[in-house]
Amino acid sequence: MSTSLAPTPIVRLEALSPRGVDVYAKLEWFLPTGSLKDRVAAAMMEKARSEGRITPGTKLLEPSSGNTGIAMARLAMLWGVPLTVVMPEGSSAERIETLKTFGTRILFSPQPEGANGAVRVAEEMAASGDYLMLHQYANPANVEAHYSGTGREIVTQLDRVDVLVAGLGTGGTLMGAGAAVRESFPRAQVVAAEPPVGELITGLRSMEAGYIPPIFDAGRLDRRVLVRLRPTIEHTRLLLTAEGLFAGPSCGAALAVALRVAREMRSGTVVTIFPDAGWKYLSTGIYTGPLDQSVEKASDQILW
Amino acid sequence: MMHTIRLPTILRVHAGGDSSVTARGSTVGEAFSDLGKRYPALASQLLEPDGSVPVFVNVFLNDEDIRYLEGLDTPISQPSEITVLPSVAGG
Repeated sequence: MSTSLAPTPIVRLEALSPRGVDVYAKLEWFLPTGSLKDRVAAAMMEKARSEGRITPGTKLLEPSSGNTGIAMARLAMLWGVPLTVVMPEGSSAERIETLKTFGTRILFSPQPEGANGAVRVAEEMAASGDYLMLHQYANPANVEAHYSGTGREIVTQLDRVDVLVAGLGTGGTLMGAGAAVRESFPRAQVVAAEPPVGELITGLRSMEAGYIPPIFDAGRLDRRVLVRLRPTIEHTRLLLTAEGLFAGPSCGAALAVALRVAREMRSGTVVTIFPDAGWKYLSTGIYTGPLDQSVEKASDQILW
Repeated sequence: MMHTIRLPTILRVHAGGDSSVTARGSTVGEAFSDLGKRYPALASQLLEPDGSVPVFVNVFLNDEDIRYLEGLDTPISQPSEITVLPSVAGG
C-alpha cells in the first residue's frame, strides 16, 4: 500500500450546522500517516521517482512543520531513501518522535522564524546540490494532489457545494481542491482560514522577509479570514464536545471560518477540510484545562 | 471614529514598542494615513510609494483580508480592529 490512498470520509456536522445550512467536513486523518499531507507526499515523490530524480543514492530534504515530513518519512522508509526534515524548534514532541520512528533525520530551524525559517534553512542546504528538495511550497504536484484527490473526491461525495473552506499553509489545498470544486460548481466560493502564525513569529527581520509560497495565487481565493489562537482552540474543543471529533488545531481554525460563513447563509452547503487528528497535539495542552491557560501555553508553540 | 491597529512584532519598533496603536478614518486607507502622521516609519512599512499595500503585508479588517473587500478603500462603519500581519508559511 505504498501510495494508494482511498477516498477519505465526508461527514455532516449534525450538531454544529446552523439551521438551513449543511456543513460538511472531510476527515483527512483517515490517510496512512494521519494527515492530508499523505496526498502531497505521494504525489511529489511518485512524480520525482517516475522522472528518475529519486534513485538509490538520493538524499531527500524537506522543510515541514510536521505533517509533510511525516508523510514523506513513511514513503522514504519504504523506498529506502534517506530523508532529512527541517522543522522549527518548538514543534510538538509527538511530531518529532513520529519522524524518528520512521528513521528520519531532523534538523531544527530557529523557533522565532517559524515555518519561514525552516524553508530558509532547507533552501540554503539544497543550494549545495547534495540534496533533492521536492519543496511542497513550490511543487505543482502539491496542487495536483489536492485537485485530483481531495477536490475530485469532494465533488463526487457531495451533490452541491456553495463554499469550500480550508486552512492556508502552502496553499496547495485551496488551489487544488478549489479548482476541482469550481469546475463542478462554478459559483462556489473558495475561502481561506488564515492561522494566526504571523502574530506569533517574532524572528522576521522585516516585512519583506515574509514568504508567499510560489504555488499560492491569492487571486484564486474569494475570501480570507484570520482566525486567532483563542477561537482556534475553542473550536477545536467544540468539535470534540459537540461532534465527538478529536481533531487537530487547524481543524478548529477551519471550523471557525466554516461556521462564520454558514451563519451568513440562509441555505446551502459549506464543506471544509480537516487536515489531521488531535493525537500529535496532546502535549501542547490545548484540549484540557482552563482555556486561558491553553492559549497562553500554545502561544509560543508551532501548531501549524 | 477610532480604530485599533494591531501590529506584528517586527513593526512594533516603529510604534514605540506598542503591540497596537489607534487611528481615525472612515476607510482602511484613511486610518493608515492618520497613522502616518504620528508614525511615519510605520506607515512606510504599510504602504508602497504608490500608495498600495506591499505584497508581503496582509491587512485584516475585523479578521477579513481587505484584498477581498475593497482594499484600502474598504469602508469602516464602526470602531474596528485592523490587524497587520506578514505573509508566513505553514505546512
